[in-house]
Amino acid sequence: MDFLGISLPSYSFDTVFGSAISGVFLGAIYALVALGLTLIYGVLHIINFAHGSLLMLAMYAVFFLWSGLGVDPYLAMLIVVPGGFCFGYLLQRSVIGRASHGRDEIILLATLGVSIALENFALFAFSANERNVQVPYDFDGIDLGFVYVVWPQVAALAGSLLITAALWAFMKFTDTGKAIRAVAKERQGARLMGINVEHIFAVSFGIGTACVAAAASLLAPTYAVFPQVGYLFVLIAFTVVVLGGMGSFVGALVGGLIIGVTEQIGRLYLGESLGLITISAIFILILLFRPTGLFGQRL
Amino acid sequence: MLEVKDLRAGYGHAKVLHGVSLKVGEGELVALLGSNGAGKSTLNNNVSGIFKPFGGSIRFDGIEISGASPEEIVDRGLIQVPEGRRVFPNMTVRENLELGSYRRAKPNRARNIEHVVETFPRLKERFGQYAGTLSGGEQQMLAIGRGLMAEPRLLILDEPSLGLSPLLVEEMFTLIQKLRSQGLAVFLVEQNVVQSLEIADRAYVMENGLITVEGAARDLMNDEELRRSYLGM
Repeated sequence: MDFLGISLPSYSFDTVFGSAISGVFLGAIYALVALGLTLIYGVLHIINFAHGSLLMLAMYAVFFLWSGLGVDPYLAMLIVVPGGFCFGYLLQRSVIGRASHGRDEIILLATLGVSIALENFALFAFSANERNVQVPYDFDGIDLGFVYVVWPQVAALAGSLLITAALWAFMKFTDTGKAIRAVAKERQGARLMGINVEHIFAVSFGIGTACVAAAASLLAPTYAVFPQVGYLFVLIAFTVVVLGGMGSFVGALVGGLIIGVTEQIGRLYLGESLGLITISAIFILILLFRPTGLFGQRL
Repeated sequence: MLEVKDLRAGYGHAKVLHGVSLKVGEGELVALLGSNGAGKSTLNNNVSGIFKPFGGSIRFDGIEISGASPEEIVDRGLIQVPEGRRVFPNMTVRENLELGSYRRAKPNRARNIEHVVETFPRLKERFGQYAGTLSGGEQQMLAIGRGLMAEPRLLILDEPSLGLSPLLVEEMFTLIQKLRSQGLAVFLVEQNVVQSLEIADRAYVMENGLITVEGAARDLMNDEELRRSYLGM
């Protein structure tokens, strides 16, 4: 095969399909990281630059729970998810919200500042070394014939689907979820109904952080932890959020899966580094035809 | 019920209200009239706790509420239906109504939704539709319905007839009269002088952040000066 002057290797259907499947699993993780980002964007209308650092922090929490107390990384979810919620809530209420005086450009910079502070704290406290969580079932899995899938990948996919569904139901059916959607579009109207807008902002930030903490749990068995680990995921998560439509959960999920599959197939054909170019290519292509993203506009 | 005394308020360094005093009694329909920029919405937003007044007092049921948070004020049953409706455009009619009882009267939610759609049959037809897709008149009904969901003790209506067709304006005033006849105290803020005076018990006229005229609605109807300056008659 030949593509734009680059001669591509030819693979069997099984190999390509296998790549696509592993792309689905990778995409599930992107989706989960993007989910928190898109929620925070949809409600507070800010790009949360601290999202990657929060992921990193949560991954360290999972790591230390495992290395110190022997807590299984998946079980650690029971601790890091509520912990992430509280941390995010307090971060928004006491630092980001307070520093911003309600001005969007300052909120943006405040999240950037938080991100720099967290990252340097991690460098100082945990050093730049990579650390790995080792679980006995690391390489156990199922053979689908054309591809071998390890349990951590299955868990990541199942976790992402479950969490997206849970979040959707929460936003649709609970009063707090409805209040979040109300605040996203009509703050003054929400205030007059007795909805505490600052509280709702912090709750949204907390939920976004809880999502990233769940992602950290699902990532820990397969990815090493180091202070810059957040960038691996959050840059792509930004792409996913825009691709799926800013503020849309379904968009984050579908966008994540598209990017994951594209990336894996791109790597297969173009190699480990050049393969990443396909992410940008599909991103530009989709935005050309749908400038608001796949599921843009509605939260 | 609502007692505002010598209220001074504004935004930053800009003073808008220079000592406003007014009262709304139990079950009364009181109109506040005034042109654009007179300070009517500033008054409302200070009463609802959106802004903090510079000075003076606001008492509701004898309790000082000036400077209280909007949540506390909603809890007490003082509900404002804001100018421009401010419905949640990304949510259905049903969800908008549900959020009306976010803090108050939550246990009676189902019953009150029934009651509201009885009052506004149009909302029933639009029940699952997004509020952003409703017409201006329907949005105004939704905004009032959402306010009623909190079982208000005093309902502030800020320019409910703004932007509505003459026919709908008529309908709106009939409706406000109906609410009042059910025993609800209403503070009606309007530019529509004649129709407001027709249904109100008492009225105040606000100009440049001060109350300049007050009295029984019937007397104001016949007030020569008011007729000249407001009605051009």
